Amino acid sequence: MPKRTDINKILIIGSGPIVIGQACEFDYSGTQACRALKQEGFEIILVNSNPATIMTDPEIADKTYIEPLTVESVTVIIEKERPDAVLPTVGGQTALNLAVDLYEQGVLERFGVKLIGANIDSIKVGEDRELFKEAMDEIGIPSAKGGFAHTWDEAKKLVEETGYPAIIRPAFTLGGTGGGVAYNPEEFEEIVERGLSASPISQVLIEESILGWKEYELEVMRDLNDNVVIICSIENFDPMGVHTGDSITVAPAQTLTDVEYQKLRDMSLACIRRVGVETGGSNIQFAVNPENGDIRIIEMNPRVSRSSALASKATGFPIAKIAAKLAVGYTLDEIPNDITKKTPASFEPTIDYVVTKIPKWAFEKFPGAEDVLGTQMKSVGEVMAIGRTFKESLFKGLRSLEAIKPLRLEGIPDHVLQQKLARPNSNRFSYLTYALRNGYSIAEIHRLTKIDPWFLEQLQEVMLLQARIDGRKLNDVPSEVLRQAKEYALSDRRISYLTNSTEKEVRERRKDLNILPVYKRVDTCGAEFESNTPYLYSTYEEENEAEPTDRRKIMILGSGPNRIGQGIEFDYCCCHASFALQDADFETIMVNCNPETVSTDYDTSDRLYFEPLTFEDVMNIVETENPEGVIVQFGGQTPLNLADELNEAGVPIIGTSPDSIDLAEDRKRFSALLQELKIPQPENGTAVSGEEAKAIAEKIGYPVVVRPSFVLGGRAMAIVYDEQTLDEYMRSAVDASPEKPILIDKFLERAVEIDVDALADCDGARTLLSATSSDTDKSGEADKSVRAPSVVICGIQEHIEEAGIHSGDSSSVLPAQKIAEEHLETIKHYTRNLAKALKVVGLMNLQLAIKDDRVYVIEVNPRASRTVPFVAKATGVPIAKIASLIMAGVKTLAEFNLPEMLEVPMIFVKSPVFPFKKFAGVDPILGPEMHSTGEVMGVGETFGEAYGKAMISAGTDLPMSGTAFISVNDSDKGQAVVLARRLDKLGFKLIATYGTTLRLREVGLECKTVFKVNEGRPNIADHIKQGEISLIINTPLGRTSHYDEKAIRKAALQFNVPCVTTMTGAEALVEAISAKQSEDVVVVRSLQDIHSTSFKVRSTI
Amino acid sequence: MNLSKKAILVLEDGRTFRGESFGADGESFGEMVFNTSMSGYQEILTDPSYAGQIVCMTYPQIGNYGVNPEDVESRRPWVEGFVVREASKKASNWRSTETLDSYLKRHNIVGIEQIDTRALVRHIRDKGAMRAGISSIDLDEKKLLEKVLASPVMTDRELAGDVTAAKLYEHAPVGEEKFHIVAYDFGVKTNSLREFAKLGCRITVVPAETSADEVLKMRPDGIFLSNGPGDPASMKKTVDEIKKLTELKVPMFGICLGHQIIGQTFGSKTYKLKYGHRGGNQPIKDLTTGKIEIASHNHGFAVEAESLPAELELTHINLNDNTVAGLRHKRLPIFSVQYHPESAPGPHDSEYLFKRFIELMTENTKGAAN
Repeated sequence: MPKRTDINKILIIGSGPIVIGQACEFDYSGTQACRALKQEGFEIILVNSNPATIMTDPEIADKTYIEPLTVESVTVIIEKERPDAVLPTVGGQTALNLAVDLYEQGVLERFGVKLIGANIDSIKVGEDRELFKEAMDEIGIPSAKGGFAHTWDEAKKLVEETGYPAIIRPAFTLGGTGGGVAYNPEEFEEIVERGLSASPISQVLIEESILGWKEYELEVMRDLNDNVVIICSIENFDPMGVHTGDSITVAPAQTLTDVEYQKLRDMSLACIRRVGVETGGSNIQFAVNPENGDIRIIEMNPRVSRSSALASKATGFPIAKIAAKLAVGYTLDEIPNDITKKTPASFEPTIDYVVTKIPKWAFEKFPGAEDVLGTQMKSVGEVMAIGRTFKESLFKGLRSLEAIKPLRLEGIPDHVLQQKLARPNSNRFSYLTYALRNGYSIAEIHRLTKIDPWFLEQLQEVMLLQARIDGRKLNDVPSEVLRQAKEYALSDRRISYLTNSTEKEVRERRKDLNILPVYKRVDTCGAEFESNTPYLYSTYEEENEAEPTDRRKIMILGSGPNRIGQGIEFDYCCCHASFALQDADFETIMVNCNPETVSTDYDTSDRLYFEPLTFEDVMNIVETENPEGVIVQFGGQTPLNLADELNEAGVPIIGTSPDSIDLAEDRKRFSALLQELKIPQPENGTAVSGEEAKAIAEKIGYPVVVRPSFVLGGRAMAIVYDEQTLDEYMRSAVDASPEKPILIDKFLERAVEIDVDALADCDGARTLLSATSSDTDKSGEADKSVRAPSVVICGIQEHIEEAGIHSGDSSSVLPAQKIAEEHLETIKHYTRNLAKALKVVGLMNLQLAIKDDRVYVIEVNPRASRTVPFVAKATGVPIAKIASLIMAGVKTLAEFNLPEMLEVPMIFVKSPVFPFKKFAGVDPILGPEMHSTGEVMGVGETFGEAYGKAMISAGTDLPMSGTAFISVNDSDKGQAVVLARRLDKLGFKLIATYGTTLRLREVGLECKTVFKVNEGRPNIADHIKQGEISLIINTPLGRTSHYDEKAIRKAALQFNVPCVTTMTGAEALVEAISAKQSEDVVVVRSLQDIHSTSFKVRSTI
Repeated sequence: MNLSKKAILVLEDGRTFRGESFGADGESFGEMVFNTSMSGYQEILTDPSYAGQIVCMTYPQIGNYGVNPEDVESRRPWVEGFVVREASKKASNWRSTETLDSYLKRHNIVGIEQIDTRALVRHIRDKGAMRAGISSIDLDEKKLLEKVLASPVMTDRELAGDVTAAKLYEHAPVGEEKFHIVAYDFGVKTNSLREFAKLGCRITVVPAETSADEVLKMRPDGIFLSNGPGDPASMKKTVDEIKKLTELKVPMFGICLGHQIIGQTFGSKTYKLKYGHRGGNQPIKDLTTGKIEIASHNHGFAVEAESLPAELELTHINLNDNTVAGLRHKRLPIFSVQYHPESAPGPHDSEYLFKRFIELMTENTKGAAN
């Protein structure tokens, strides 16, 4: 069937900010869909609130709206743009839910917009578990016993049918939020109540336990001609009971006979047809009883999902791209397979390798949250690894996770070990391997964990091999054993640990023995047809299919798994480097191991190596490809941590030199530099012991900020007010060592924080030349190409929250709103001087603070920062692309003719999004350690409008009326009066705790008093829970009232009441409410319209 | 961990792979082919169409779910040798009764593992299917190469006679008998019989050399020509017998080798594909409906499209290379497909063909009654 001609203009809905359960896989799928449809000649309108995405790059769609994903704002976009159709299946649950809302509120009908890729009925059947269960019953596919409850009474009845343990899953929530497994009536009541309140339709599914059953997923595609194919089967290493997003998953299915697999396939086909997904991809989950092969269908997602992204990367079949084409009428046989070019997309990929996905968790950032994996997803990122055996892919994957130190379990009591094995947790690998090494049989471990014995056997084989190496001298390890260790993906580092040698020695020994990796291609077809696409992975076998070219090439090191502090922003930068350098005629080589990203799409770069980002793996690729330059400054801390080793090994790192990176990161060297440049910084020192730390803190005076060096996202960062706390911190929080000392800074209380991103070209010589001609006489060449250092300030972003809250967790605004002109000049001056002193080539980021009219430099990062995409979207200038061209020596910064400081045509606010709802028991307060998983952007004429949009996009309902609760510490009371007055004028009623009430009444404001949590009942938490409070302003009062505040914040979080914990944040929020109250209609603006003038800049690169 | 026993695989062009032995000890020779199915090795091993062939699985982890007594497609494994990247030491499945290794030992099938199977597959893909030998008893590649070169080539090789049933037997219908089918066993897979039985057919399975007269005496409602090994062009005698049957307007359904025989019966030629189609993921387009089915394949020869006579209609093509995948006689109640609607292993998308045959028999009996 040819493409539809009744539609020309398509609205694509993105998935919004990165949250647990919905990450950058939807940037990948959305970007693919936009590109595919644009190529087909459709006009694409895109809406997504997340500025850190590739899909919101202005060239991806025709009109790009970075606006809230709400009915209100999307209705205005539809009214303005009048699309013929909306594609809601590539933006995750967010897009699907929004499409349903638009339909139900009559918006689609009113403007004559068709839904493509899904119809309302199929979305409903797919998403509403009750309808789904009925539908499956109808076609004879068994689903788990149980049913739906809307009330506690209904739930009680159901549990009589299902018995314990019972599984509780709320409808329409992300990542299973609010669900759980109840083993007894007490737990049952607790989880049901939580689930009912988490579900927007107050519905929970209560089911028989199929815990311990094997879990499978099939990725299915269907076209308008009713052709259905399975793209990939996935088997979960972890049995039923662990959310699939928290499971290690393996493709293809490993332990199903063909008979069993075909049953699942038949059911999948029947399911997609019954649900009525006419075109596109769906994901269907099954449970299989390991005792007798009984099957239960678990659920289906009538859209592109996280697993679709994984399946796409695992097979080389671009599900989102094909789904988009099917949505506009093509059939599978009309679409060519990109990889073979000769065969059609109407086939089922077959793979000749094993793919393992491993989640990455961040429990360490959420003290108070129990490290137990269940039906609610908690991981913040994932890695994927490809190997020719499960062993190889698993151990490569573990290595890709970075810095997962196995726990030291020597002497762990048996009952503890058994408990840890029986209750899945983020350290399960340590427990599994320890048990295997310490005499537990596979049968015993299987009994405890329900992990399939086949997987355990594979682990056992690796443990046995390790035992043959452990304790031997490197040279005594027989060559074939060493080869086998590499086939099992034991890293050089691991082998060096086992043989008490160094990684370098292992590498050399391997080379002497000719134990070298080869690269194989992912080709969708098990080598049946020739592949023209260099999508590669390493293995230790005979034949190498890398076939490097002799083009000029640059290798880009990606950022690995998403984690808090290092996410999609860095992938954005890596992709931009690749795009710009491809345009400049370089061959680009991407190295990354994160399956959710755009960077690991096989057509983002010329060549893709799906590999771990370790020295060993990167060096192997460098030796195969011999790139002219390697970029380490775009992928966050992951590649940066490799810079020194790579540099020493002679790898041509382009851009800012590793020495400059070290100069900026090494506290002592950096302090000396600042002194030399006469730039003030908070008093500071570095300590490798508790004693040293105390001495330093004493010298500079409390409070101090303490943190380990070389980390991103403020990991283990704390503000310490006294010696006792410092002592605790030094003992418990971190391992200090001479290589990784603890940094101690004077904490600038109530300072305004500033983030600066800048482009610099300060090396004086063409970097690529200097990098590649190290053995020639540099001075002569430098003379020829010497040029004046130049610096362009891309953005001076003012944080809304004051110093003390991690920059990644603070909202920020461009341009700065309240910073004096004088200080702005100082900031620019410092930025330029530092860029020159650090000889920055490419991007740099500075963090500064203003206190008592003095500007301090807190830190400098000579690399791409988290805020690069935001600044690029706000200024309309693709700064990451420009940086990469400067680094590769394609152009000088001067040649771009940029102004000294980039302009922003409107007001842009970036706001963070937090995962606190996923972690019961955690206090949702902001501090120096970063907790946000993603970000949104709001654009407006005024700060209030922009901030309001950012808040709405981040999920805060801006209250327009109601009761505001105020409880602030003494030093904030003055400001609180001002705010209370404004709220009063805006029509809010006021309620406050005793102390604050007195102050408000003093100035004539009407205010009710309410009990603190520990003062009696009903207290403020009760009022919140009864829905009587619409806004909370609560600044910390200090340690004593901590319990009280925590209860307030948790109640606010649970009942979705906006809760601000800083006065600056409160001011901003009131500003937003005021702006929103006075606006008649929501105004939406596309990036293309906002930057209609700055487009010229883009066209010059 | 014991050091495993070594084994060697040599192709007729001299390319050699050194790996480890599994399954039986010994030496074996055959045509080197590969199969891209990710599951279903037990069905593949026992598919008689693989007689005379050494099969390499492109999926690297084989044996994970062991071997069970139910998923067999004939009375024994037929492959000459089995090549995998890694044979699982552990069999994990509730139906499994033994490991792949022990099964192959029991049936004296020589296997080799721990070789770069992807390199082997790429070699076959580029150079074409060729003779090969596996040995675990003599690791001298030159000597093995000599033996490989002395082994028979697949072209013109008749193998159906080796795998066919020695004498006829019956397969009972499930439930009431609606039709009686005579199935020529050129290497029939049990699942074809199960599919017919499910639809109420009693099947008389007859040896490949059974004459047309003998078949007619059984008064079948339909005749089924099974899959099987070897070069279809070598089966002139069978083609002659089948020709007699076609003239009698008895509904006839052929798959794989049976399809190639039907093609030849009406004058088409067959030819050897470079490396064949073997796997469970091949796209077939039914030209009569425009629909696509994902089908199980196992064939090294095909019917030449250019040689199709006017009386045969092309009904199915393989979308990967546009080869002939299905035929129908324009006047007679005869149709055939190159692939395997009985799957086992593979998707069930093509099951409808068995029903189509039932319809054909139904119409034919109605026609006869009228």
